[in-house]
Amino acid sequence: MEKFVPVKRSEDGQPVRYLIVDDSVFARKNLARMVETFGGQVVGEAGDGVSAISEYERLTPDIVLMDITMPQMEGIEAAEKIVRDHPNARIVMVSSVGYQENIVAALQRGARHFVQKPVKPEVLYEVIKYVMRDDGTTVHGAGAGAGA
Amino acid sequence: MRMDLIQPFINSADAVLAQGLESPISIENLSMEEEAYRRKGVAAEVFLTGEIEGRIIFDVDLGTAAQLASRLAGVEVSEADDDLVREAVCELANQIIGNSITTLNDQGFHFHVRPPTLHTSEQGSKSSEDTEALVMCFNTSSGNVFMNVALRYNRRRAVERAVVAG
Repeated sequence: MEKFVPVKRSEDGQPVRYLIVDDSVFARKNLARMVETFGGQVVGEAGDGVSAISEYERLTPDIVLMDITMPQMEGIEAAEKIVRDHPNARIVMVSSVGYQENIVAALQRGARHFVQKPVKPEVLYEVIKYVMRDDGTTVHGAGAGAGA
Repeated sequence: MRMDLIQPFINSADAVLAQGLESPISIENLSMEEEAYRRKGVAAEVFLTGEIEGRIIFDVDLGTAAQLASRLAGVEVSEADDDLVREAVCELANQIIGNSITTLNDQGFHFHVRPPTLHTSEQGSKSSEDTEALVMCFNTSSGNVFMNVALRYNRRRAVERAVVAG
């Protein structure tokens, strides 16, 4: 897998903390592996929208990577509920269903960005940097893009 | 069966498999299924409801499924790791269907998709006149991936939606 210059939190230089929400264990493992190559730390995982909300409350991660189509509660509804209680929550929707209505609905309900599956690591990396920029986060190391 | 409904699934399977496996894909075989569906190995099934209704099954033999899982995960996945192998096939189905739905929705078709589930029975229902099944075999560097599509356009749902929309 490609190597990336680590993205760290500006406030304390610590790794960005992720909550990964997807009903597929396989997808969660792949995303976890990917964000670890960005220097991130996966602090929690959830398999549906209901668990995502409780895990967010418990862990207060820096970023949530949220699938849309899930059992019990879909990702857009979960994102809306999280953002309602935590307006600064950074939620990135990660879904294979990327039609315009879906993207608009997700952004209107508080998601910060949308990445379509299959996820390209270099695309997710750029989105993470973009979403973390309000934290004043800088990419540690030389250059801001994907490393060699 | 309307080919304009099927083509996005073919394009999407081609694109997702090629990207995931980082190798070219070819369609080896394309046929109408006349008999009842018979499972070949690890199979994931997705149901659609709305203006387009029916089901799609992705089916691969266990060895191919393990190879696909390894390639997609970037780490070796053994055939013995049943759960991960099945999850990989479901996730692959999810990505292919999701990308197809994106295209169809942007073309004006509205329908709902449920998350993929494992198709565990040996046999499925026989296709009927209005939901005949098309079977495609995608030849990949990891082996063959079969996509069995049985869909129909639900004109009544489309009319109902148009009436509601005014």
